[in-house]
Amino acid sequence: MSFRKIFTPYIHEDKCHSLKFYRSNGGYEQARKALNDWQPDDLIETVKAANLRGRGGAGFPTGVKWGFVPKQSDKPKYLAVNADESEPGTFKDRLIMEKNPHLLLEGIIICCKAVGIHHAYIYIRGEFVFGANRLQNAIDRAYSEGILGENCLGSDFKLDVTVHRGAGAYICGEETGMLTSIEGDRGQPKLKPPFPAVEGLFGCPTVVNNVETLANLPYILEIGAEEYRKIGPENSPGPKLFCVSGHVEKPGVFELPMGVSLRTLIDEHAGGVWKGRKLKAVIPGGSSAHVLTADECDVAMDIESLAAAGTMLGSAGVIVMDETTCMVDALLNIMRFYHHESCGQCTPCREGTGWLEKIAHRIAVGGGRMEDLDLVTEVCDRMVGKTICALADAAAFPAESIVKKFREDFVAAIENGGSPAWVKRHPANTGGAAAHV
Amino acid sequence: MTVTETLAFSDEAMKKYEWLLSRYPTRKAALLPTLRIAESEFGELGVPQMKYVADLMEIPPATVFGVVTFYTHYRRAGVGKYHLQVCSTLSCALRGSGDVVSRVTERLGIGVGETSDCGLFTLSKVECLGSCDTAPVIQCNDDYHEGLSLEDVDALIEQLRQEAGKGGA
Ligand SMILES: Cc1cc2nc3c(=O)[nH]c(=O)nc-3n(C[C@H](O)[C@H](O)[C@H](O)COP(=O)(O)O)c2cc1C
Ligand code: SF4
Ligand code: FES
Repeated sequence: MSFRKIFTPYIHEDKCHSLKFYRSNGGYEQARKALNDWQPDDLIETVKAANLRGRGGAGFPTGVKWGFVPKQSDKPKYLAVNADESEPGTFKDRLIMEKNPHLLLEGIIICCKAVGIHHAYIYIRGEFVFGANRLQNAIDRAYSEGILGENCLGSDFKLDVTVHRGAGAYICGEETGMLTSIEGDRGQPKLKPPFPAVEGLFGCPTVVNNVETLANLPYILEIGAEEYRKIGPENSPGPKLFCVSGHVEKPGVFELPMGVSLRTLIDEHAGGVWKGRKLKAVIPGGSSAHVLTADECDVAMDIESLAAAGTMLGSAGVIVMDETTCMVDALLNIMRFYHHESCGQCTPCREGTGWLEKIAHRIAVGGGRMEDLDLVTEVCDRMVGKTICALADAAAFPAESIVKKFREDFVAAIENGGSPAWVKRHPANTGGAAAHV
Repeated sequence: MTVTETLAFSDEAMKKYEWLLSRYPTRKAALLPTLRIAESEFGELGVPQMKYVADLMEIPPATVFGVVTFYTHYRRAGVGKYHLQVCSTLSCALRGSGDVVSRVTERLGIGVGETSDCGLFTLSKVECLGSCDTAPVIQCNDDYHEGLSLEDVDALIEQLRQEAGKGGA
């Protein structure tokens, strides 16, 4: 079967986000079947058999996750849709919500029917005002057409969907941080277990899924688990949105089968490295992933292959850096981000991200010492796996790999009084004093 | 009469607030969206506005303050009419967000975190706006301005000045 785009086939059409357009292309037919013809358990089994894996970053099998939710519960169950999309380099869920909001809603209906959920919250980052309005309009339409509400699509299934806007905090993308934020608190993550599937939103069993994950569901029902599994590698199948940004000629979102080669993605789909320059480094899965050198880019973009290459698919946010990039500056930029976004609950994360930023900064401005390079590794060792949530790991992975794989940039900055950009701006400064700037 | 007592949601805002309450099993869960209503009703979230929301929702003011300060995207007191938020995260930095910040600074004579004397503009650096393919990006209030050249930055500032009816201010 040839590859068919499911998220983006019509994004260039004027009214692609409208209900009429969506329906004219078979929209809501799978939800109708799920509501009227399918048993919940069969839906879960099908999603398991399709081996759909989460598109939010961790790649957890979606059907398995649904299976953790207690079947019998005297409490209500909830779906929290993760539309926080704040991983640097990621801009795919925004595309779905702005161009294809009904696809997300149809996926939500299928998930809720499978798990027995009657209220879904879509947690959308506060900056996406346009996207939130688009979604709200789609939801309003869906209610007025009887797609949502008391009797979804003519069935006896009730479903409410509520858009909940975030307010600017990366950590609210982490699932427990997101749930805390929906509950009206500071979005600080919580220790797991208990996992949300058992004790999540308002203390009730909760499914957390990413926007793109849910948007796969109608297609899985349409073609069946077996066919779905044939798209890309069997262990991590499906159509996938890849985001490419940074130093390429044509940055953008590309819908391709899982397992496309990273090199092909960059050179063919994103038009290659810009300005005819050479490739230097790529972060393949959002800034939380280990960096790859130019030589390591002949890797398949799927969960298993990237893990085998020592990095991760993560959010599929591919950030490309050309030969002129100073990796000291890149590290400083990334560490500033994590330090800023750490919620501060765990000492290794709060202090570790602060240290990493400080070390990167002093190397960048000409106050670095050779010992700093080992210090980075040491700080990272003290962060990974030692905190409430994975933000500390997310900071440590790029830090340790950038310093390890691009050591020469760091040595040069230490020896030459700072990163090339710094030295250019401060020609008189050669090390030492500048570190205190 | 204190400032707090003069603040009140319009009828329409109140209706929206009541609707919000119906969407959550707890009152507190409506806090973030209610702060959004307050933001658009009152223009900003300073102490009096936060206090109003706290009273309305019967939540301790300290809790409301704690929530507002945890997040970076609420419109806090003292921000100019146009909040120029320049994304400075990696993908934007790789495509010149540093120059965009410098350009705004040059044109408006304000540094990062400052507001112009005319009260029109505040400049901030923010983290990834989820629009890295159109870097560099500025979010001005609710709107994204994408793929900005330095000339685009000038044009944006000019356009905002005219919009404010204070040409050249
Ligand atoms: C620091 C941090 C930030 C995260 N940000 C996001 C995000 O913006 N969007 C998202 O879908 N998942 C994000 N995740 C992953 C979520 O915790 C969770 O695994 C995911 O939403 C589950 O959905 P999925 O199984 O459909 O991928 C983040 C995780 C961490 C540790
Ligand atoms: S690891 Fe960092 S972000 Fe996560 S809970 Fe701990 S301090 Fe907060
Ligand atoms: S890095 Fe600027 S929008 Fe993502």
